[in-house]
Amino acid sequence: MKKAWWKVLTVVILAYVIFQGLLGTIPRQPILNETIRNLYFHVTMWFAMITLLLVSMIFAVRYLRSDNVIDDDKSAAFAKVGIMFGILGCLTGSLWANYTWGGFWPNDPKLNSAAVGMLIYFAYLLLRSSFEDEQRRARISAVYNIFAFFIFMPLIFVLPRLTDSLHPGNGGNPGFSSIDLDGRMRMVFYPAVIGWILLGTWISSISYRLKVIQRTQEERVAESAVGHRAEVNG
Amino acid sequence: MKRLFFLILSFTFISLNLLAQQAVDSEVAMADQMREDGKIWVVVGVIALIFAGIITYLVRLDSKLTKVEKELNIK
Repeated sequence: MKKAWWKVLTVVILAYVIFQGLLGTIPRQPILNETIRNLYFHVTMWFAMITLLLVSMIFAVRYLRSDNVIDDDKSAAFAKVGIMFGILGCLTGSLWANYTWGGFWPNDPKLNSAAVGMLIYFAYLLLRSSFEDEQRRARISAVYNIFAFFIFMPLIFVLPRLTDSLHPGNGGNPGFSSIDLDGRMRMVFYPAVIGWILLGTWISSISYRLKVIQRTQEERVAESAVGHRAEVNG
Repeated sequence: MKRLFFLILSFTFISLNLLAQQAVDSEVAMADQMREDGKIWVVVGVIALIFAGIITYLVRLDSKLTKVEKELNIK
C-alpha cells in the first residue's frame, strides 16, 4: 500500500457515514420520511463527481502546459471515476424521485441538465477511444475536457435555479438547511462528502497507476526488441 | 494491527452514540418499529459487509499494484 494514511481515513469516514447515516436522528418530515437519509448517499455522489471532474479538468490544463503524458493519464482516470459517480447519482436520484416525487424521471430541469451533462462526458470517453496516436488523443481530450467542465457547471448549478425545480435550494424551493435546524445532518453530510471524494480519488489513483504500469511495460518490451534487433544486425 | 485497533475504536465510538437514542412519538411515520425490533441492524450489517468487501478488494488491488510498481522500479 502506497501512502496508506488517507486510505485508512477514507474507510473510517465512510464507516461512520454508513452507521450514523442509517441510524442517527433525523428531522421528521412528511413525504420524505426516512428517505431524507439519502442526503448522505445520493447528494454526496454529485459532490464527489463535481470534485473529481474538477481535478480531471485541472490535470487537463496541467497536461497542456507540461506535455507530460502522466498528467493526461490522471486526467482521464479522474474523469472516468467522476462519470461513474455521476451515473450512480442519476440512478439513486431516480429511485428516490420515484418514492417522493412520484416518478422515476419527473421532468425537472436539474435532472435533464444532469442528463445532458452526462452525455457531454460520455462524448469525452468516445473521443478518447477514437485516437490511435497517444499525443493527439491526450491533447484533444484535454481541450474537450476543459470545455465540458465549463459547460457542465452552469448546466447543473445555474440553469435549474433560473426556473422551477423540485430540487431543494432551486427555483425558490427552500434548501435542506431549513429542515436541519440543529445541524445533526451536517455532522454526517460533510464527512460523507469528504469520504466519497476520497474513495473516488483512491479508485482513480489505482486506475492511473495501472495505466503507468502498462506504459512502462510496453516501453520495456519495445526497448528489448530494439536491443535484440541491434544484436542480430551487429 | 494498529490500523485494526483504530477501526475497532471508531466503530465502538459510533455505536456508543447510537445507543443513546430515544424513540420520540410523533405523527410522522418513521422506522421506529424497525429499530425497536432491532431489525434495522440487519440492513446496516448487510451494507457494512458490502462496504467491507469493496474496501478489501480495493486494498488488495492497491497492494498488487504496489508490488508490480516495485518490480518495474516505478516510484
